[in-house]
Amino acid sequence: MLAWTIYISFFGAAILLLLPKRAASLARCLALLAATSACGIALAAFLRHRTGELFTIVDKPWIASLGIRYHLAADGISLSLVLLTGIVAIAGVLFSWDIDDRTNQFFAFYLLLIGAVYGVFLSYDLFLLFVFYEIVIIPKYFLIANWGSTRREYGAMKLAIYSIVGSAMVLVGLIAAYVAAGSSSMALDKLAGFPFSAHFQMVAFPVVFVGFAILAGLWPFHTWAPTGHVAAPTAASMLLAGVVMKLGAYGCLRVAMTLFPVGLGPWSHPVLGIDSWREVFAALAVIGILYGALVALVQRDFKFVIGYSSVSHMGFILLGLMTLNLMGLSGAIIQMISHGLIGGLLFAVVGRMVYARTHTRELAALGPMNLSSALPFAAVTFVVAGMAGMGLPGFSGFVAELMIVIGAWRAFPVLALAVGFGILIGIVYVWRAMQKAFFAERGHELPPPHPLQPITIPEKIAAALLIASSVAVGLYPQMVLNIIQPALHSLLFAGLRPGGWQ
Amino acid sequence: MSSIQPTYSQLLSLAIPQMILVGTALLAMSIDLLALRRATLSTRSAATAILGSLGCAAAAAYIAIIHPNGNLLGGVLLGNAFIQLLQIAILALTIAVLLLAAGSTFTRHVGEYVLLILMATVGMLFLVATQDLLVIFVSIELLSLSLYTLAAFNKQSRFSWEAALKYFLFGGMSAAFLLFGFSLLYGLSNSTSLSEIGAHIHGLSPLLAIAIVCVAVGLGFKVAAAPFHFWAPDIYQAAPAPSAAFIASGSKVASFIVFFQLASIGFAGAQGSATWGHFVRGWIPVIALVAALSMVLGNFVAIRQSSVRRLLAYSAVAHAGYMLLALTAHTPQSLAALVYYVVTYSAATIGAFAVLSIVEAQTGSDRIGDLPGLSRREPVLSFCLAIFLLSLAGIPPLAGFFGKFYLFVAALQSSPESMPLLWLVILAIATSAVSLYYYLRVLKASYITTPESSAALTSGRVSGEEIPRVLCVLLAAAVVLLGAWPSLLLRPLLNALPRVF
Repeated sequence: MLAWTIYISFFGAAILLLLPKRAASLARCLALLAATSACGIALAAFLRHRTGELFTIVDKPWIASLGIRYHLAADGISLSLVLLTGIVAIAGVLFSWDIDDRTNQFFAFYLLLIGAVYGVFLSYDLFLLFVFYEIVIIPKYFLIANWGSTRREYGAMKLAIYSIVGSAMVLVGLIAAYVAAGSSSMALDKLAGFPFSAHFQMVAFPVVFVGFAILAGLWPFHTWAPTGHVAAPTAASMLLAGVVMKLGAYGCLRVAMTLFPVGLGPWSHPVLGIDSWREVFAALAVIGILYGALVALVQRDFKFVIGYSSVSHMGFILLGLMTLNLMGLSGAIIQMISHGLIGGLLFAVVGRMVYARTHTRELAALGPMNLSSALPFAAVTFVVAGMAGMGLPGFSGFVAELMIVIGAWRAFPVLALAVGFGILIGIVYVWRAMQKAFFAERGHELPPPHPLQPITIPEKIAAALLIASSVAVGLYPQMVLNIIQPALHSLLFAGLRPGGWQ
Repeated sequence: MSSIQPTYSQLLSLAIPQMILVGTALLAMSIDLLALRRATLSTRSAATAILGSLGCAAAAAYIAIIHPNGNLLGGVLLGNAFIQLLQIAILALTIAVLLLAAGSTFTRHVGEYVLLILMATVGMLFLVATQDLLVIFVSIELLSLSLYTLAAFNKQSRFSWEAALKYFLFGGMSAAFLLFGFSLLYGLSNSTSLSEIGAHIHGLSPLLAIAIVCVAVGLGFKVAAAPFHFWAPDIYQAAPAPSAAFIASGSKVASFIVFFQLASIGFAGAQGSATWGHFVRGWIPVIALVAALSMVLGNFVAIRQSSVRRLLAYSAVAHAGYMLLALTAHTPQSLAALVYYVVTYSAATIGAFAVLSIVEAQTGSDRIGDLPGLSRREPVLSFCLAIFLLSLAGIPPLAGFFGKFYLFVAALQSSPESMPLLWLVILAIATSAVSLYYYLRVLKASYITTPESSAALTSGRVSGEEIPRVLCVLLAAAVVLLGAWPSLLLRPLLNALPRVF
């Protein structure tokens, strides 16, 4: 049944392409219907498989002579990310209700993207996973280049090139692993169970990990993220921040780390006091956290603030993965969900609620418009989303960041201190943006150039949906933890916990 | 060797497809000259092209039903399941090219045009069915001479002549290299049969080294590998669209197969090695270097092109580089991967040329700068173009992606422990990541850039392009289908292979 999330999205995209150009409202409703039903299926599956163990959805031979199968399966980790995709997809459709230019094509690309994302999360055969992973690139490019704003063609091309370079690295690693393991199967468990030589793993791990991490915004390969986010139309930047960056992080955990666990181990010769890839990537992740936060602190463009905050938040995920303890890894997965919800919401506030009405994103220009009284809903939403992003208790971000910091404290005490500093800067940049955009000093008040339209019902619903989900995870994290921890205890991750989780 | 005394019935049964084509060619020309004298040009070209494709279909049907098997005179003419599959593929590609030519009006000599396409096809059919130097050379010359003329067929265009002359001069030169190489091989082994030559060669002598280089030059020219590719951009740009598509597709299939056989059977005693850092002299390092050069040069020069056809030419150089990877691995899997790759590549290339020929009929130009508006004016065509180009770029789930994947897997599989060709595979994957950039540039022009004049949005349909339009859709469907279900082509290929090795 869960496979239908993919089929419904692709099928919806095909129907939308065939619709006549004038049927804009029909296209919106169809897209919403497709997104909702896929999310409904995901929710049903999430509720049904509470144990979080791996179960197969479809398993059929596909390219029999190469041992490649059409194998979809899900465990707790993929189930929670599939549910996240469903929620963000609905919110994205609701926030793009105002798209008028070639509406049907927009939503066709949108659903194609969503379907491929579901596909990546559900694939168990790595060939299949890679196919879905690459399909994501093309709709992403067209969504940004066609319906985007600032320097859209540049941002779209940059994103496409970074993505394809990343997936090229992944492909090299996958092909080498497939051949080295005897070219008989691409199934995740078969490859993860194969004893690759230590030398092979040491070389293959960083290649595949970085390949995926490029999409997860790993510093210094993050530069596509701010430009891409800023150029993208609201729905696309929500998806980019909300789920596409999670694809990268998911790939790091699901493919790179499970296939080549020895690659995380110590090198024979430490270089500059660093003695494993694990420390290298943990350090890069922390640099990403600090760098993203510091750069967000000085942006003039509202959307760039959020764009760099994404880089910073994704750094938490990568750091969590590198802690290699149950606390850190669970925190990383909750952070994927949390940032998917909150990052999406922040982009929606900036892109749809503010920019689509004021036609400017300059913080200095927004201040005098006195938005807190002109658009009170937008202001409140941003305050809530900002608080969630800072990691205030009660929101999902708090649980996630706390777990990651505890995990990091156990693994890399020095880095954990730096992360604490990063969280502090995170509070400052959100505060600064909030102050400048919504609550600027009164006195030299300029009315907006034209009356701002009030926030529409679809926007309110979508914002409420995202906030509610984030609060739900924040107040009752067991809901997610109970389903992801059995998955982390499964055989698949055995290579990462020699002798059990620390 | 099955029999020293050839029986004419055996020769006949193996050569009937070729004879059908020759008969069709003569018939097409005489019908054009006799029966269709008063008809309009587009009717004549459509009628002769359809007649030609019927002939190809008949030949393919003969091969598919009769399965002509045999081995004449120790490899002079062969028939087995693998060769039958290749011949059917070549005939299918020829049909596509003929349909692309149907209704075109760039020449008044439509009968001769179809005749030359069919003669070239005869050359290809012989080329894949032989393991004898003499027959290889004669077939290559039959193929090449037809292609030179086909390239020059648009007499209104000076560039068409110029390109064809360039092609002819380069071709003559490379034929001389090839012949010289062949004569050395004959001198070394006293035989023209590839397997005999392979049996006589032990280790690399200076003469053999010269022969290997000469053969690499001669066939490198045919497959447009760098640095023997200089004719390709001009031909792709200036030749009539069906001729260019033909040169880029069917001719590539046949040349790669013969290249593979020559290298893996004829030079079997002098392989050498292309392991990174441990090159050993032989034919493999030569091919590996040509492959690496083609990938890098083709992909990086394609970025700077402003004409879509020239872009396709440089991308063809890059694709030749990927396909040469299969030669360096020279295993049964890599032969299967090569065939899969070259066939799907050809289908996508013919499709791209078909879209371009319709666009050129409307706007008179193939420049990227003149594409804007295409997606609004011709949604179906631009969608097909997107499929063809993304397949060439290797985006799943299109045929080009599986082709690349299988090719790279096959290249590494030759020795899974040490993976001597890993550096070449990494180079191939890295450069093919570059290729997405220039393919996306074309798609960006057709889908995203807004046209400067509103004239680009109104449909300017030209008569006589209905058949090419249908062809585009069919080829796009084939590219998607072969990408989503690679087993369609892969299973028969792998079933046919054991009979070759």
